[in-house]
Amino acid sequence: MQEEYLLKIKDVNKSFSGVQVLKNVCLNVRPGTVHSLMGENGAGKSTLMKCLFGIYRQDSGQFFLGGEEFNFQDPKHALENGVSMVHQELNQVVQRTIIDNIWLGRYPVKKVFVDEKKMYKDTKALFDRLDIHLDPRTRLDKLSVSQRQMVEIAKAVSYDAKIIVLDEPTSSLTDHEVKMLFDIIARLKKEGVGIVYISHKMEEIFEISDEVTVLRDGTYIGTENIKDLTMEKIVNMMVGRDLEDRFPEKTNVPGDVHMEVKNLSTKYKPLVKDVSFELRKGEILGVAGLVGAGRTEMVEALFGARTKTSGEIFIDGKKIDNGDPHKAINNRFALLTEERRETGIYPVADITFNSTIANVQAYKNKAGFLTDHKMKEDTDQQIKNMRIKTPGRKEQIRALSGGNQQKVIIGRWLLTNPDILLLDEPTRGIDVGAKFEIYQLIIDLANSGKSVIMVSSEMPELLGVTNRIMVMSNGYVSGIVNTEETTQTEIFNLAAKYLNNTKEAEV
Amino acid sequence: MSTLTDKLFKRTKDEWKELLINNAIIIVIFAIIAVVVIREPSFVSVAVFRNILTQSSVRLILAFGVAGIIILQGTDLSLGRFVGFASVLSASLLQRPDYPSRFYPEMAQLPLFVPLLVAIAGCVLFSAINGWVVAKFKIHPFLATMGMMITLYGILSIYFASGAPGPQPIGGHDERYVQLVNGQTLGVPNLVIFATIVSVIIWVIWNKTTFGKNMYAVGGNPEAANVSGVNVMKTTILVYVLAGVLYGIGGYLEAARIGSANNGTGFGYELDAIAACVVGGISFSGGVGKVSGAITGVLMFTIISYGMTFIGLDQYYQYIIKGILIVVAVSLDTKKYLKKV
Repeated sequence: MQEEYLLKIKDVNKSFSGVQVLKNVCLNVRPGTVHSLMGENGAGKSTLMKCLFGIYRQDSGQFFLGGEEFNFQDPKHALENGVSMVHQELNQVVQRTIIDNIWLGRYPVKKVFVDEKKMYKDTKALFDRLDIHLDPRTRLDKLSVSQRQMVEIAKAVSYDAKIIVLDEPTSSLTDHEVKMLFDIIARLKKEGVGIVYISHKMEEIFEISDEVTVLRDGTYIGTENIKDLTMEKIVNMMVGRDLEDRFPEKTNVPGDVHMEVKNLSTKYKPLVKDVSFELRKGEILGVAGLVGAGRTEMVEALFGARTKTSGEIFIDGKKIDNGDPHKAINNRFALLTEERRETGIYPVADITFNSTIANVQAYKNKAGFLTDHKMKEDTDQQIKNMRIKTPGRKEQIRALSGGNQQKVIIGRWLLTNPDILLLDEPTRGIDVGAKFEIYQLIIDLANSGKSVIMVSSEMPELLGVTNRIMVMSNGYVSGIVNTEETTQTEIFNLAAKYLNNTKEAEV
Repeated sequence: MSTLTDKLFKRTKDEWKELLINNAIIIVIFAIIAVVVIREPSFVSVAVFRNILTQSSVRLILAFGVAGIIILQGTDLSLGRFVGFASVLSASLLQRPDYPSRFYPEMAQLPLFVPLLVAIAGCVLFSAINGWVVAKFKIHPFLATMGMMITLYGILSIYFASGAPGPQPIGGHDERYVQLVNGQTLGVPNLVIFATIVSVIIWVIWNKTTFGKNMYAVGGNPEAANVSGVNVMKTTILVYVLAGVLYGIGGYLEAARIGSANNGTGFGYELDAIAACVVGGISFSGGVGKVSGAITGVLMFTIISYGMTFIGLDQYYQYIIKGILIVVAVSLDTKKYLKKV
C-alpha cells in the first residue's frame, strides 16, 4: 500500500542551552505537493529543518521517510537518502566555481581523478533544464546574490531528491527568477517530489502551496489545506492575535524637516546609488527593499561607517560631516546594527558595560578615570525605563533574551542622547511580545522629538509602525510612500523596480 | 588588437591602484633583484640560477605541506620540528658502515627507501594528531601546533640523545644517500628533480582529486562543505597527513643536504615556509592558494636571501628586509580579501 505521507515528522523537541525552541512539532508532507511551513522569525522553522537534515540532533521525536523511521547523522546521510535542502544562509564556497559548488560532496571520479568534463557537461545540462544562463566555470564571488541563490536551487534539484526543503529560496530573487523557480517546483511536483517551502511572502504561499503548517514560538499550531485559508487566518495562526493588536497606536506627529540627505552614494558593493530624502522631526521613516538593495549600506553610509563617493547631509539646513562614526555620534546620530550578535553586543560583558560603552566619555572624572557609580546609576535607570527583564545590571548580556538584549542596545544609544536614530532590523530574532515593546519604545522616542529611520524586512512591521516608507531597489530609492496610503503590493513592486536594469538604462 | 591594448592600458585611476596593490609584492621583489643585479651583474648566471633552484627545493616541499593547512584557515608552527625529527631519524639510519661513532653501531646497511618510509611514518603519525586535535576539539591550529612543536622537540631530543655516541650531531652519511640527494642527473641537481616531481603530484592532488577539492571547500566555508555532505573532520585530518608526508620527505632530504642532523635541525623553518606561502598568495583567510603561488613564494624568498648575501649585505639587514616584506605581503593580501565598506 502506498504511504499517504512521504515525510512524517512527529513530536520533535529541541532545546538550545536550556531554551526550548521546538515543542512537540509535527509536519506531514504528501508526495507531489508543496507544503509551506510558516511562522514568524524565531518560530523554529529553520531549526526543525536542520534537525531533519542532520545538522542538529533533536532531543526527542521521530522522522519517517516513506513510512520508515530514520534519523540522519549528518547532512551527507540525508542527501544520500533523498532529502536535499536550500539553506537560508546560502552556504557556499564563494572562492570556488559554480561547478565545484554544485558537485561538492559527490564529485564524480574517474579512476582516482575528479571527472571535470562530466561535471561541466552535467552542470550545463542541469542549467539548460532549469533555464539558468550562467557559465558553470564562473567563480561564485563574481555572481550576484540572486544568481548565487539560483545556483543553490539548481544544486538542491540536482540531487534528484524525494524531499526538497526550500528555506526562503526567493529572499533575493527577481520576479522572473521566482517564476522560473515556480516552474521548477511544478515539474518536481509532477515527478512526485514532496517540497517543504519556507517563505515570508504571502503571495508566494498562496500561489504554490497545497498545504500550510504554522509554527509559533516553537509550537505546532496547525495544518490546513490552502483552500481553507486566507491571509488573515494565516497571520492569526502565526501571531496568535489579530494584526491590529500587534502594533501600538501611532501617536507621534512628524514636524518640520530635520535632516536632508542629498545624492548619497557608496564606493563598495552592495552599492548605494544617488539616494536623496528628507526626514522630519519626530518622524519614523521605514526603509523597505529586498536583500542586497543597499538598505543597511545606506544607514551605514549615513553613520560614516561606509566609504562614500558622494552625498551631503544637512541637519536643520546646516551641512554636517559624518566622515566616520565618531563624528556621527558627535552630530548626535545613533546606529543600531542589523547583526546584533556580531556587531552589537559584547556577549560576555555585563549589562553596565554594554549600556555605557558608546558613551564612555561622559563618565570621566577630572583625573580622566571612569566613575563607576554614575555608570551604575544610568544603567539601573535604563533597566527601569525600558523594562529590561534581568536579575540585575551585573548579568552577562548573553544570558538575556533577544528582545531584552535589543533593549539594552537601544538604551546604550539613548545614553548618548541622539537626535537621529538609525535602526537596522530592530526586531530581528525577537519574539512577538517583545516586538510590541520595541515598537512602543520606537514610537515613544519619536514622540519625544527624535527622528527615526527604521530598516526592516518585515512588511507588516513597516506598515504598522512607520509614518512614511522609503523603498530601495538595487541601491536606488525607487519610491517614498505614505504608510497610510500604500499597500504591500505597491511596496513589492517598488522593491523590484530596478532589479534587472539600472536607473540610467531606464531613462 | 585595440581591445587588448584597451584591456591593458585603459584603466581608471582606481583600477590602476588596484592593479598596483595586487601586484605590489612582486614589484617590490623585482626592485630588490634589480638592485642586486645592478650592484653585481654576475648575479645573472647559470651557476647562481642552479644554486637558487637547489636551495629552494626542500623549502618548496615543506611549503606545500603547510600550504594545505593554511588553505584550511590554519597554520603549522611545528613544521620545523618535524623537519628535525625526520632528519634525525633518517640520518641515524643511514650512516656509513665504517663511520666511527655510529648511532646504531651494529646496524646493517639499509636500503635507502627504508629510512625515508620511517621518517614519513613518524611525521604522519604526529601530524595526524595535530589534525585530529584541530578538527575534533576545534582548537586553533596556532595553539595545537605550538603544543606539538614543543612536545615533538622533547621526543626528538630524547631520541637524539639515545644513540650509541650520545647527543652529538649525526654525520658520516652513507655515500649512496649523499649521492641520491646531492648528486645530479643529466646535469640537473637531483633535489630540483625531486621538488619538481613533488610539485606535479601536489598540483594533481589539489586540483584533480576529490580530497583536494574538498580541502578548498572546507577552507573556504566549512559550513557549506558540511551541509554538502563533505566529511570536514576527515578532510582536515587528511590535509595534516599529507603535510606529514611532505615533512618526512623534506626532513629526509634536508639531513643529507646539510650533511648532518641534530635536534636543532629545522629550527625556524616553519616561519620561512609560512612566509613563502603568504607571499605566494596562499591566503590566511582560507580557501585560496595555488601550487604556482607556493613555488613563486619560495623562489622569491630564496632569490632575495641569495641575492642579498651575494652583494655582501649584512645578515642582520637581511632580517629587517625580510621581516618587513612579510608584513607588507600579509597586509596586501588581507586588503584583497577584506570586506570593503
